[in-house]
Amino acid sequence: MADALFISVSILTVGSAIVALETRELVYGAIGLAISMMGIAGFFLLLDSPFVAMFQITVYVGAVAVLVIFTVMLVRTQALFSIKEDHRRKAAGIVLLLVFLGGISALVLTSGLNNAVFSKFNKPAIDVAAIGKQMVTYYGPVLILLGITLAASVIGALALARREDIEQKNERVD
Amino acid sequence: MNELIDFVTLAVVLFAIGIYGLVVKRNAIRMIFSIEIIANAANLNLVAFSRNLHNAQGQMFALFSIAIAAAEVAVGLGIIIIAYRLYKEIDVEEFRSMKG
Repeated sequence: MADALFISVSILTVGSAIVALETRELVYGAIGLAISMMGIAGFFLLLDSPFVAMFQITVYVGAVAVLVIFTVMLVRTQALFSIKEDHRRKAAGIVLLLVFLGGISALVLTSGLNNAVFSKFNKPAIDVAAIGKQMVTYYGPVLILLGITLAASVIGALALARREDIEQKNERVD
Repeated sequence: MNELIDFVTLAVVLFAIGIYGLVVKRNAIRMIFSIEIIANAANLNLVAFSRNLHNAQGQMFALFSIAIAAAEVAVGLGIIIIAYRLYKEIDVEEFRSMKG
């Protein structure tokens, strides 16, 4: 059974995820997403994996949330406020949500996972040093590939967002 | 004390919320929010099972998944800014042609 800390963090996470999707202003939505990601980092801490939690905070709260907020600022506000939402589509979405929730929860709760012996965290936690050692030995090539992917995506995003018309005008002025 | 089943159930709830957002919302930025919520639900499962089975592979995979998600968001937001420049709109139903 879950303890009080788990329940409060899960209410925070799920609530701010709903806020991120349902609030009218997109900036508040971005902040809601950031709080939800902080909640997930809290779960990682509850699971005795502080390294993943710190990584989650650095990447999601530090980078992704700031990136989203900057994009929201760049996009004209009028486009953000116009909510074109179909009531029928919303009802269909809620039905889909309940079907997914009911179906997969029933599947999980009737499976062998809901076993009092297996479900307990009775094994020792994973040492951070072991993760670091594996990351530079067995997963070394993957780490290099990941670095190349990140560099490529950043360069790609820069190339996508540059404006050739303004650059040409500046060259003519020079 | 927390158990594995609690974390898996929570991941299912977050996944369902993400699917709802992906289906209902027509705002491109909100669709990226939904994708992030779904990715985080998957990461939560990975780390929970890693803790339960005492296997570092799950945490490793979650770390790589988080890094890839950051790259995906960077490119996705770049595409949204271009689409906004072309259509003056971030409603995905208005994105009718791929021509730049």
